[in-house]
Amino acid sequence: MLIKTDSSGFNHPVPSEITAQGIYQERRKLIKLMATGTAGAALAGWAGRDAMAQAVQKPGKLDTLAGAKSAAAGAVTMEKVTDYKDATTYNNYYEFGTDKADPAKNASTLPVKPWSIAVEGLVKNPRSFTLEELLKLSPQEERIYRLRCVEGWSMVIPWVGYSLSELIKKVEPLGSAKYVEFVTLADPKTMPFVGSRVLEWPYVEALRLDEAMHPLALLTFGMYGEVLPNQNGAPVRMVVPWKYGFKSGKSIVKIRFTDKEPRTAWNKAAAQEYGFYSNVNPLVDHPRWSQATERRIGEDGLFAKKRKTLMYNGYEAQVGQLYAGMDLKKNF
Amino acid sequence: MVAWIAGRQKMLLHRAAKPLVFLLCLLPFVWLFYQAFSDQLGANPAEALIRATGDWTLRFVCIVLAVTPLRVIGKTPALARFRRMLGLFVYFYVVVHLLSYSWFDMGFDVAEIVKDIIKRPFILVGFSAFVLLTPLAATSFNAAIKAMGPKRWQLLHKLVYLIAGLGILHFFWMRAGKNNFNEVFVYAAVVAALLGWRVWSHWSKQRKLEHIRKAVGAH
Repeated sequence: MLIKTDSSGFNHPVPSEITAQGIYQERRKLIKLMATGTAGAALAGWAGRDAMAQAVQKPGKLDTLAGAKSAAAGAVTMEKVTDYKDATTYNNYYEFGTDKADPAKNASTLPVKPWSIAVEGLVKNPRSFTLEELLKLSPQEERIYRLRCVEGWSMVIPWVGYSLSELIKKVEPLGSAKYVEFVTLADPKTMPFVGSRVLEWPYVEALRLDEAMHPLALLTFGMYGEVLPNQNGAPVRMVVPWKYGFKSGKSIVKIRFTDKEPRTAWNKAAAQEYGFYSNVNPLVDHPRWSQATERRIGEDGLFAKKRKTLMYNGYEAQVGQLYAGMDLKKNF
Repeated sequence: MVAWIAGRQKMLLHRAAKPLVFLLCLLPFVWLFYQAFSDQLGANPAEALIRATGDWTLRFVCIVLAVTPLRVIGKTPALARFRRMLGLFVYFYVVVHLLSYSWFDMGFDVAEIVKDIIKRPFILVGFSAFVLLTPLAATSFNAAIKAMGPKRWQLLHKLVYLIAGLGILHFFWMRAGKNNFNEVFVYAAVVAALLGWRVWSHWSKQRKLEHIRKAVGAH
């Protein structure tokens, strides 16, 4: 039989299935675009559409602090943003208590106004900045970062702020400056747990200067499109997304440039457990527990397995070169 | 005073007393269960459940250790009726605690659990307390007492003192990371008082006996 039919396996396309010539030629054009590298720009718009899909909901609790979309590499994760309620009622801020429900209960007394940060040490222009000056120092950006706590839980939080490097450039560190120290508020009158034996007060954190200059190191003034709630470190804090949460000091009052590695709060309390770097690293366990996995708050339900922790909290592409050649087991 | 004690005795011997205490003991579990299913356990429900069931285990340890002192001091022997049930509730809450940890924290991954126990010795202490408690729970019926003989049975059940200590150590070690011992000290003080009373009561009984012996000897 020479006549082929459906039953003998020959399928003649119906007209609606035939690609129109115009579209077929578009496809050629797209391939040409890719070949010439312009597709990157075209795809950026498409990726942007995805980012728009999870526009951050403003909780409507505090003053608005809008931030433009950040252009820094790695600054906006596509992961589901943690509920504002969870992010503001479950966190550590030991000046207000060691339980993670304490800060939300006790931090209303934090004296956020007036506020200023003194910048001192090895810089050409040591000076004090009022909060108002800091807010205007550089355009505010929205950054959606993963946050990994050393205790083994994580969140995704939309912060508002700008790269700390903007402030550092203004004060011009001297050639001898190697480290940046962040001193946070310790006011026993308004912070009920300042004076407790857990840590030495004030709570001090620090970064190497090149870490502090990294565009992802964020001087932070807001979250979820509004100013920071007291319990999350109002009115100004650091957010260093590739390090465990405690490296990001809250309610900062002093930034000091030094030539020696500063002793940081948790390092002073337990040096064998909390190193200076404290980069998120699933391969280096805390002496008392594993760091290989984490529970994503609000997402990994009661019955879900914990998720794997990522090297540098998923920011390896951006920050890995800062630690090239270093022994991460020794420099934990 | 006598009437008051007699009234209490009557209340404790009432037919409804045991079922009522049983329901009361179950209440924390029911409440936690309800909270878990209506999403009221906060940002980290797994952690909240593990901690709450641990707290309730310790509370029931305190309650069960309080039975004998209260019975003697309050002259209400009827309290002894509740001791077995309260003891079994300690076991019930520790089992729920262990299950919450192995399920919600570890996803029943035995290899992970073993690694975690090596990493976190305070879990080993808690687990040992659970293991030691198991034969006590398993011999909580009359036939077991008969089969073992009351002396040996009692000796075995004296393990509860060691278990209480291990439970407190478990809690202390867990809180050591944050240097936050306030609650630990409360439980430790309660357990110490309850055990201390036993030592004191034993010692004063011995002294009384000695007096009597001396008095008899003098005759």
